Amino acid sequence: MEERTNPEVITEPAFEFEEPRLYGLMAEFEEHEQLLAAARRAYAEGYRRMDGFSPFPIDGLAEALGHEYSEIPFFTLAGGIIGGLGGYFMEWYAMAHLYPLNVGGRPLNSWPNFIPITFELTILIASFAAFVSVFLLSKLPQPHHPVFNVPEFERASIDRFFLCIEAADPKFERSATRQFLENLKASKVSEVEE
Amino acid sequence: METIQGSEPRTPDPDRPYPVTTLGYPAEMIGPKETYARVSDQIAGIPLKHPNPKFWFIGFTFAFSFFLLFCAAVTYLLARGVGIWGIQIPVAWGFAITNFVWWIGIGHAGTFISAILLLLFQKWRTTINRFTEAMTLFAVICAGMFPLLHLGRPWVFYWLLPYPDTMALWPQFRSPLVWDVFAVSTYFTVSLLFWYLGVVPDLATVRDKARTRWKKITYGMAALGWRGSAVHWQRHQTAYLLLGGLATPLVLSVHSVVSFDFSVAQLPGWHSTIFPPYFVAGAIYSGFAMVLNLLIPIRRIYGLQNLITERTLNNMACVMLATGWMVAYGYIMEAFMAWYSGDPFERAEMWDRAFGPYGWIFWILMTLNCVIPQLLWSRRVRTNDIALFFVALSINLGMWVERFVIVVQSLSHDFVPSSWKLYTPTFWDAATLLGSVGLFLTLQFLFIRYVPMISISESRELIAQRKEGKL
Repeated sequence: MEERTNPEVITEPAFEFEEPRLYGLMAEFEEHEQLLAAARRAYAEGYRRMDGFSPFPIDGLAEALGHEYSEIPFFTLAGGIIGGLGGYFMEWYAMAHLYPLNVGGRPLNSWPNFIPITFELTILIASFAAFVSVFLLSKLPQPHHPVFNVPEFERASIDRFFLCIEAADPKFERSATRQFLENLKASKVSEVEE
Repeated sequence: METIQGSEPRTPDPDRPYPVTTLGYPAEMIGPKETYARVSDQIAGIPLKHPNPKFWFIGFTFAFSFFLLFCAAVTYLLARGVGIWGIQIPVAWGFAITNFVWWIGIGHAGTFISAILLLLFQKWRTTINRFTEAMTLFAVICAGMFPLLHLGRPWVFYWLLPYPDTMALWPQFRSPLVWDVFAVSTYFTVSLLFWYLGVVPDLATVRDKARTRWKKITYGMAALGWRGSAVHWQRHQTAYLLLGGLATPLVLSVHSVVSFDFSVAQLPGWHSTIFPPYFVAGAIYSGFAMVLNLLIPIRRIYGLQNLITERTLNNMACVMLATGWMVAYGYIMEAFMAWYSGDPFERAEMWDRAFGPYGWIFWILMTLNCVIPQLLWSRRVRTNDIALFFVALSINLGMWVERFVIVVQSLSHDFVPSSWKLYTPTFWDAATLLGSVGLFLTLQFLFIRYVPMISISESRELIAQRKEGKL
């Protein structure tokens, strides 16, 4: 594998043509392997601001686009720790401090009895964190996005695979990028309007 | 992810319409001619085009009329109190808790299929997980109703939740009944999140296939603007796997906690350490049976045989056979431990269970749950959907009867003969039970009408894996 470098500082390219502005160029593929190969080629070529779109998850596609790992496990773990500690604290504080009930001299901090709720709250908050972080990190819900302006993009949720290189990429150049995408055996290359 | 599941050599069989593996089991996980576009059209076509409207309207009307019965029963209950049911002292739990345990058990199949089988790389779960997860949600909704209605004053149900109230009171966190509140509400929430996370990409498919403005807007809102971005998919898949991992211990804990409601009490017939595993096995047993009871007619009516193949039916039947034997082991151990403990109350209770006034119900339970399901040893039964439907029905009824025996018979026969009393259900008991079935089926009908009931994106994954030669 070629060496991966951090994306350079992104500067807004100057657009001399009038509205609507160009968001990027989108190549359409018929098979998921073609998209995966195209993403690897584009990354090797130096493109960084790009995204792949597919109707089902493709193993290794996000990694090929330079997104090495997902941040979800961290948030899930944090949620689990908060849920577990918080759950135990709630039980202990309520049972031992706010409403202590002496039943035959048994300890107020009766930890074995506190385990089920601690466990349930660990799972609850961890799951909630996992779910919410998927959508917040992906900036969803976002009802509209420039890629939806391409009429063929309807099939991104059915049976077509797309690679979109954004105009904001420092290496983006309208005709050169189009040429590059066409060489990748794309069945069609379309312009994405902002 | 690499797997050998489904990659066995397959040969055509002159007796059967599908290819089989060398052991003679059905081989196909998805029809051989399927393409991405075909599965999308077929599955998304059900909410969009509404095929078989006659079936749907008749079925929905039937279900909804039972739901109205439920509304009537609950209204009368709220007006008059729990005295309209047959419950008394000592049988204070009656139908309400029987129904609760039955419904929550049914709800276990969804998470078992979607989470545990996901972690075990069982690819045949792909085409049924959406449906069973939805079934879980509806079953848990029905289950949750019963303890609340049984409270006597359901309008103060929020006293079960921990919040700093003006009375300075807290729920008793050491009580299994409070654990239940947390377990069931966590289970519902996590199942809902898991289900919705899976359904979002498919709602995007429906949005993109919709041709009318309102459908586009409605499904578009529900799909949250999903566009299938690779980075989003990466997060989605990580979270899906993590939720599967979190839901796995959860599903085992929920019915264990439900069983603590019984086993922590000192009543003969309840006070037993076999309860948690035996309840969990029973839950999966009845859940799979309910899945088959719902899925077999729907598979035929909507022509989904190409997606829900004989292989899926066969595998589900195998799981039922295995869990059925775990449940049977539980029954044997209950009887054995009652004898082996030497405790006269336990022994008397077990004798009363089999030969007392409720003995005939016990033997019905044994027939429905332990004898009839032995038909599943036959491959012919496992791959014949009609036979399988009736075996599943027997298990569903049997599991309800099992909960009835555990709840009612044990309570009716406690330590002191002077407090023994038999329980007779009233019309309102039956109306609430049938009504809850109506509520369940109403939700189920709405689901198959408006939401893609099979995971489209995961079906596409199966097709992609077959193209790569991994399936």
